[in-house]
Amino acid sequence: MRDDELLDRLQRGAFGYFVDQTNPVNGLVADTSRAGSPASIAVVGFALSSYPAAVERGWLEREDAATRTLVTLRFFERSSQNTDPDATGYKGFYYHFLDLASGKRVWQCEVSPIDTSLLFAGILTAAAYFTEETSTETEIRALARDLYDRIDWDWARNDNLTVAQGWKPESGFLNYGWQGYNEAALLYVLGIASPRHPLPTASYSAWTTTYQWERIYGVDVLYAGPLFIHQFSHAWIDFRKIQDPFMREKGSDYFENSRRAIDIQREYARLDPNEYRTSNPCWGFSAGDGPGRLALRVRGRDRRFFEYVARGVPFGPDDGTIAPAAALASLPFAPTLALSAVRNFLELYPEWTHTWRLPSGFNPSAPGADSRGWISEGHFGLDQGIVVLMIENHRSGLIWKLMRDSLPIRTGLKRAGFTGGWL
Amino acid sequence: MTSSTPRQDPNPHGRYHLLIVGAGPTGLIAAQTAVSQGARVALIERNLLGGTCLNTGCIPSKTIIRTSRLYRDMRDAELFGAQVPSGITVDFPAVMERVRRVRARLTERVSAERLVAMGIDVYFGEARFAGRDSVTVGAKVLRFKNALIATGARPVRPPIPGIEEAGFLTYENVFDLTERPKRLLVIGGGPVGCELAQAFARLGSRVTLVQDESMFLVHEERDAAQLLSDALARDGIEIHLDTQTTRVRVQGDDTIVDLVNSDTTRTVAVDRILVGVGTVPNVQGLGLEAASVAYDGARGIRVDDFLRTTNRRIFAAGDVCTENKFPHIESVAGRIVTSNALFWGRERLSAQAVPWCTFTDPEIAHVGMYVTEARQKNIPVKTFTVLMHEVDRAIADSEEDGFVKLTVREGTAKILGATVVARHAGDLINEISLAMSAGLDLHALARANQPFPTQSQAIKMAAEAYVQSRSNPLRTWLRTKRLSW
Repeated sequence: MRDDELLDRLQRGAFGYFVDQTNPVNGLVADTSRAGSPASIAVVGFALSSYPAAVERGWLEREDAATRTLVTLRFFERSSQNTDPDATGYKGFYYHFLDLASGKRVWQCEVSPIDTSLLFAGILTAAAYFTEETSTETEIRALARDLYDRIDWDWARNDNLTVAQGWKPESGFLNYGWQGYNEAALLYVLGIASPRHPLPTASYSAWTTTYQWERIYGVDVLYAGPLFIHQFSHAWIDFRKIQDPFMREKGSDYFENSRRAIDIQREYARLDPNEYRTSNPCWGFSAGDGPGRLALRVRGRDRRFFEYVARGVPFGPDDGTIAPAAALASLPFAPTLALSAVRNFLELYPEWTHTWRLPSGFNPSAPGADSRGWISEGHFGLDQGIVVLMIENHRSGLIWKLMRDSLPIRTGLKRAGFTGGWL
Repeated sequence: MTSSTPRQDPNPHGRYHLLIVGAGPTGLIAAQTAVSQGARVALIERNLLGGTCLNTGCIPSKTIIRTSRLYRDMRDAELFGAQVPSGITVDFPAVMERVRRVRARLTERVSAERLVAMGIDVYFGEARFAGRDSVTVGAKVLRFKNALIATGARPVRPPIPGIEEAGFLTYENVFDLTERPKRLLVIGGGPVGCELAQAFARLGSRVTLVQDESMFLVHEERDAAQLLSDALARDGIEIHLDTQTTRVRVQGDDTIVDLVNSDTTRTVAVDRILVGVGTVPNVQGLGLEAASVAYDGARGIRVDDFLRTTNRRIFAAGDVCTENKFPHIESVAGRIVTSNALFWGRERLSAQAVPWCTFTDPEIAHVGMYVTEARQKNIPVKTFTVLMHEVDRAIADSEEDGFVKLTVREGTAKILGATVVARHAGDLINEISLAMSAGLDLHALARANQPFPTQSQAIKMAAEAYVQSRSNPLRTWLRTKRLSW
């Protein structure tokens, strides 16, 4: 199969998740395809971003896409924003997981600034795409502006310079530390661009203070272990040739950095220090589903397996689980390598071509249904979202082009000190 | 005679050049250094010579850790191509007997007789400053030109409801155990908590480790903490990060403990609790006000970079001034104080490359500046990292967990700091520490000859990575040209 045909099938297969798993009444999208899954606001952000790609590819009528988008935005505009334990959000932010039908908070989860940022990346993508003067598209743009403007980013700092990882009505701000390079570039860009409740510009530099510039396996890189960190903000922001003060100092950019992160993933897979994979080194160490909390002794080694965690290399955690979507989503950075990795996966697991939708993870060293080891059941929305967007960016650059013209993105990047390239 | 044998204190005569309160490692090293240089020295101890380190801290814990590693290695025998010994059972009383035996041997080395024979006046009793230049010990008044306060610290007693009633262990009494706790809760994910949690888990206790932060060893590199977390989990330790211990109560034979993570409460039943949540400095009862020495009950005695207190005659070092960020500065502090107090030295603590180590498996050692610290000071830095799984000897030893990270000022070969995570990181860090103290840079480390294969090759490889990164096209062209002739 030719590369473009393969990519088309994989992208459409991934997009199908949003058709299958969206509640048409409120636009919320299930976190996973498993029974009883709640909605994830981050997955909604990916869904909203994927509709323009689907329209351009002829998989969805523009009017249908606009209607889906408007339904979603109206839900977020009208849902409850207060301190009630079953509200939908607070201070313009939203709870990480919502009941798919009612849209109320579930699992006592946190108000999540990072997941809200992913949601708003989708909302802003929609606002940038639906620019016609129809009543639907006009309302989409107005709602997107209102929803974005009302987010109180400054509150989310909890009087610190950097943003807290979350807040709960029962216990206040979360205590989790957030050190080093992570997926939060998008959050800070949107936060410091806010017209009404912005983060101070210093928040961005405070966040970058915990960066580590390292030479690992002979590669100079701004280190982050899990691959998704090198991808999520890149789904919307075209980081090619634009530099913030840190990257100017290092003579690199975040796009190039993601390429290097892939080199490290591949080298780690080749070295295979934990002796997990016996042949055909697979890479794609990232956040994703796992075999579950298991402790096994294999060939004299204690093996511990995890549930859904952010796996990373070379410092771990690594339980031998590979996130295939993370390898595929590396397409814009390293097309040949990403395609080669995916062809390898499909050779190992040809049944994935039935739906052309990748599972969240597989682990040949963990017990599974057959000798090929454990494979994650069903599908996860984040995986499908990043696959749709990154394939689209590789094929046409559509999402990047749309967001280059988005005022919050441009303003945020400039305030963060980015210069050069298209900016 | 050992330190615990009754003896007669000397009668003070004249003014001491250096009077030292506290005969832990800092005090002992300062006393020996000063007396070897001809000073008249008084050393006052209220309890046991050797202090916490020898009697209840570093030495006993390293002894038990060694045994626990042996048990781990026995269980891992298959990994080394060996047979797992059949019927591995832990003889806990024998483990603790070895701790006491080792402690007794080392105690002999710091007996009062040996110190007296060196020319040190050793006093046993409570020292109390009577003025700016005098101390009382019992009825005796000792006068000094300079003094060093090295009274150390004691474990924090956490204000957890019910914990005092239920009883708990600290590093002060855990080595007195004669029976292994079947279920042990360790509160605190700092060095003490992590080391002992791992040791007891390997000796067969079912260990739950609770840390109120999002990672262990909060002052260390995040990647080091990640590797440690994985290692502790492999040892079967149940880990609770970002978790507070909120209540303890006794029900029959069980001690019931409430653990709260965010808004979720979990209850665990254990046999014993070990607390390792830090120390408070021993400043009480010293009469520091009379000596005009400023202090704080929580942070200890205030000292400057020369280890001098607010009384210029009096110095302080070690855990009694916990504002010092270095946990293991005994030998450095002893030397600095002797030099600065007796010989008009101007040695600064901040100028020292002081390494330290957490003796978990793998060990975590650090020297110098952290990357975050450097970036907060706007110093551009770059780190050269070598994973232990790149090192031949580490692979041969099946000791591949860990790394060496050398951090330099960007564009230079000057070493600002280093972190080593490896089974013997505490030994490996010394080469880097020596290089930093001697002003050697990465060029020197890259050129240093080493026997092959050794795990310290990782340091050389990291230094070589720096040298390779400095290759520029002109140099490469010149080399190619030269070789083509």
